[in-house]
Amino acid sequence: MENEQEPLIDVVLNSITDTVFYSVTIGDVAIPLIVVWLVIAAIFFTFYLKFLNIRGFKHAIDLVRGRYSKPEDAGEVSHFQALATAVSGTVGLGNIAGVAVAISLGGPGATFWMILAGFFGMSAKLAECTLGVKYRHERSDGSVSGGPMYYLRDGIAKLGKPGIGKVLAALFAFFCILGSLGGGNMFQSNQAASQILNVFDVAPEDRGTPALIIGILFALMVGAVIIGGIKSIAKVTEKVVPFMAAVYVTACLVVLIFNVSAVPAAFVEIIVGAFNPEGIAGGFIGVLIVGFQRAAFSNEAGVGSASIAHSAVKTDQPATEGHVALLEPFIDTILICTMTALTIVITGVWDDPLAASGDGVQLTSAAFASVIPWFPTVLALAVVLFAISTMLSWSYYGMKATGYLFGDSRMAENIYKVIFCIFTVIGSVTAMDSVLGFSDAAIFLMSIPNLIGLYMLARVIKKEVTQYREKIASGEIARVK
Amino acid sequence: MELILVGVDRSEASSRAVRFACSRAKQEEGQVFLVHVIPWSPYSFTTQDEAARRSAAKQTEIDAATEQIVKPMVEYAEELGATIHKAEVRHGDPVDLMIALADSYSVQEIVVGRTGDSRIRRAIFGSLPSHLTYMASVPVTVVP
Repeated sequence: MENEQEPLIDVVLNSITDTVFYSVTIGDVAIPLIVVWLVIAAIFFTFYLKFLNIRGFKHAIDLVRGRYSKPEDAGEVSHFQALATAVSGTVGLGNIAGVAVAISLGGPGATFWMILAGFFGMSAKLAECTLGVKYRHERSDGSVSGGPMYYLRDGIAKLGKPGIGKVLAALFAFFCILGSLGGGNMFQSNQAASQILNVFDVAPEDRGTPALIIGILFALMVGAVIIGGIKSIAKVTEKVVPFMAAVYVTACLVVLIFNVSAVPAAFVEIIVGAFNPEGIAGGFIGVLIVGFQRAAFSNEAGVGSASIAHSAVKTDQPATEGHVALLEPFIDTILICTMTALTIVITGVWDDPLAASGDGVQLTSAAFASVIPWFPTVLALAVVLFAISTMLSWSYYGMKATGYLFGDSRMAENIYKVIFCIFTVIGSVTAMDSVLGFSDAAIFLMSIPNLIGLYMLARVIKKEVTQYREKIASGEIARVK
Repeated sequence: MELILVGVDRSEASSRAVRFACSRAKQEEGQVFLVHVIPWSPYSFTTQDEAARRSAAKQTEIDAATEQIVKPMVEYAEELGATIHKAEVRHGDPVDLMIALADSYSVQEIVVGRTGDSRIRRAIFGSLPSHLTYMASVPVTVVP
């Protein structure tokens, strides 16, 4: 009986996780149905929109570069800003810890399936962000609220099924609150605290009190922004996070350049491991599921969260933001996750006993340390910053969901903010496995109402995107730069 | 008709720029175009909350700048007897925007005040008047 509280939290979290990740066993592989649910939707929209994730890629870049922005749009939220805000909520521990967890469970082959999931995820993101802008709401104070709550309620109401729309929207909002407390908060504070303790070489048995103190500090910092309204912290993180992301990718490139001769072999390992893995539980399907699951957790395509962030953009064509949003899984999964994966595979650390411990950040950290010995300290800093930025983003999503459920009640939003800070502390002291499991579960739950809605609104999405593409083709909407 | 574009802000130098531009306009029987640019970049980073409120914030900024900067400058120019072609508040990069306005309105001359940037700021970013004089395709007068 080292700590009486911990097991209780673990029991609660694990039971929620087990329910969400109900799996069917085929042969000796357990396949969580929720992962299949997400992947099928992403593949469906890729085919339904006729590979717009490839066809619309260049146009998406042009939009971000402001080539279609009218001069009078100056001073409003640009496509670049909407994308950057959404990306800083998405890029984070999923890219550092999540990839390491995937490779330690599924071997190098998991990378291949992550990339593929990222590719299909681009279409799901396109679909949900187009709708997010189309059905956004302007509140009485002039601020804009958008996201699945609104397109589920109003979009489905227009199909003549207002009851279903309201139920799905409420379910989404409720799950979004859970997701914001889990993956958007507990997981972040848990991994950030563990990374700080690793840097200071604190032994696992001595971590109780320091982890609690770190958790309280995080909670105070997050609380200062979301409750105290101290914007400077949020502004600093928003500016530092892109810089840290650049540092992170540069460090990955340094590791790759130092091991350039090992790069071809790493690709072979990734491809062979994807289709014919050795010693991985569940073989080919096992690896595929691990890769898909971690990619979904990282880029959140189909989950609906990013649609809230993207909906503030200035545009009169919802499909423009859909195009821009497809870049998000590309940056998050295809670019950054692949970088992490290559770093881990090339340095060979995934084969070490450390990998078996399942602590995601530690594995990534070891990969960097093999080439840049001082980098784990920088990585710890990056992890902490990514974690805070993700927490701030998700607290916003959760607050919007709370606002939706309680009719924009200030009191409800404030209660939510306090609960959010309490969960930051709980996250830092609880055990890794249960936190990771629950975080996945809570975020994936959001995809159930969201994807049902996306299927119901698929025709609306297609119509919106098609009319926009036609206007581009006919020159009705032309480049201004 | 000669059109003179004047960049205005809260500074004393800016009032002197307006005075200079007005006397030039009267001499040339031209008009003045007053513009105040609120620095803004489409590539800056915003928080979620700022993004959600941006549209409303833009209008608030424009209203405040109109009330506190542009209106007093217009009154001042009218007192000086100049004809005002236009007076606007815009968002964007001050240098790029003034050059773009000069091009699209066929402006003959740009007048700005020499604002008091700190030495460090000037060393790192350069000053608006010096950028403007390098980049503009029409004559630029910097009023001390």
